[in-house]
Amino acid sequence: MTLQHMERPVGIGTHEGTERVGAGGLGMDFQRLTVRTTVRIISRYGVLLGFLALWQAAASSGWVNAAVLPPVDMIVAALWKGLAGGSLLGDIAISLQRAGLAFAAAVIVAIPLGLMIGQVRAVETALDPILQLFRQTSALALYPVFILLMGLGEASKVFVIFWATLFPLLLNTISGVKEVDPKLLEMARVYGARRLTVFRRVVLPGAVPSIFVGLRLGATTALLLLIASEMIGANKGIGFQVMNAQYNFQIPLMFAAIVILAALGLIANQVLVSLQRRLCRWNDPAS
Amino acid sequence: MSVTSITRGGEVSIRDLSKSFSLGGRQLAVLRTLNLDIRPGECLVIVGASGSGKTTLLRILAGLEAADGGTVSIDGRKVEGVGTERAVIFQEPRLLPWLSVLGNVAFGLEVRGVPKQEAEKRARFNIALVGLAEFADAWPRQLSGGMAQRVGIARALTVQPEILLLDEPLGALDAMTKISMQEELARIWSEDNVTMVMVTHDLEEAIYLANRVLVLPKEKNGAVRLVDIDLPRPRDRSESRFVRYREQLLREFGLT
Repeated sequence: MTLQHMERPVGIGTHEGTERVGAGGLGMDFQRLTVRTTVRIISRYGVLLGFLALWQAAASSGWVNAAVLPPVDMIVAALWKGLAGGSLLGDIAISLQRAGLAFAAAVIVAIPLGLMIGQVRAVETALDPILQLFRQTSALALYPVFILLMGLGEASKVFVIFWATLFPLLLNTISGVKEVDPKLLEMARVYGARRLTVFRRVVLPGAVPSIFVGLRLGATTALLLLIASEMIGANKGIGFQVMNAQYNFQIPLMFAAIVILAALGLIANQVLVSLQRRLCRWNDPAS
Repeated sequence: MSVTSITRGGEVSIRDLSKSFSLGGRQLAVLRTLNLDIRPGECLVIVGASGSGKTTLLRILAGLEAADGGTVSIDGRKVEGVGTERAVIFQEPRLLPWLSVLGNVAFGLEVRGVPKQEAEKRARFNIALVGLAEFADAWPRQLSGGMAQRVGIARALTVQPEILLLDEPLGALDAMTKISMQEELARIWSEDNVTMVMVTHDLEEAIYLANRVLVLPKEKNGAVRLVDIDLPRPRDRSESRFVRYREQLLREFGLT
């Protein structure tokens, strides 16, 4: 490769455009790029920013009671104090531990069990009625039972989260296995694939997108149950902080804890989405 | 050419084969004591009205369905279930969406325990044979219908079958693609010594490809007919003898 070749711009889109135009046109091109970026940000986050602006205006101008709905800047300040000062970090850690432990246990139990139920007819027939019964019974209604059985400590909290997370994971894994195209299974059989090979090379990869739906639902459920369990009989944790701040009328702190919860949910979802992108490149229209 | 050439095509003998389905409580016979010998290396095309059992016959040959009575033997061995001496090309490409073109074509060999490297070497040869060398790393969803079907054909060729079973493989393609794929199948068949058994509802396709056309009867007690297609290859669709065969087959169907 000669130097001349290397100097030629290889970028695409606007980047290539800016390199081609002379110094005179660069400013204008840059301007257009800035405008386009701004338009993109506004079209995506405009409503969210408007909502926050409205909140700020309503709270600081006295349209709503600022003691109940504190202005956004006070919430941000409380959040910053809690994070930078370290007072909320311990709560985040214990909450992550509870939710993480329960979620991991649910994954370890639900995915292998779901794969088996989806594959083996007899297992499905035997387990389906009890699964339907458990699924329709609210985990929150069972929480007092778990507390009776395991006490008011960590065990019952982790277990109630585990319990609720189990079902979206299990049901999505089962349906992922069962919805694998029978024509593909037949194709694999024609080529002489044995049962285990069919499972490993056709059923499992085919079920992955559905399993990810389960993982994302499961993560949402885990955070939901985390808060509920921390509102009863806890003295640490984000859910506890929401309740506690409300009792003590530290409303900005209460909202700060709520913001942290929302952030945890967003992060968990984003992690799973990017993991799915990596595992399912074949399914990604962008690649 | 050592990578694809096969020593010989398989020989199929069908004896007293029968199959019926129960439909709304009634037994509906689709195959009645069928007897047929398929010669090694020939191209037999099965035609027949819908419901005449042509796909059922092919699926029994593939080992995907069991007959009610009678036997199918390949090279003297009785067929029970699927077997590695046969490969099937379906009407749909049936590609695994999570494997690249290369992965899909190598799949048949890999599930039989051929090492990945060896399987991919043979797969690449056949991908080139169907004209998709540049698309070896593409995902199935990026391919057109015709390209996807070519991948299915390359996958079948890669396992070097003695018998290639084709179930309306070009049925879902547009007219132009269909004609070029028919030419491609004719070329593949003449280069390999593989025995081809193909189901189609396209009479012109049957005449273009077949040594013999098997016409399955529509009516209950009709007889199975075999028509020899005695035309030089490559065949010319506009030639008068080609057109006469077409008329003859239409008469078999009672359409003229």
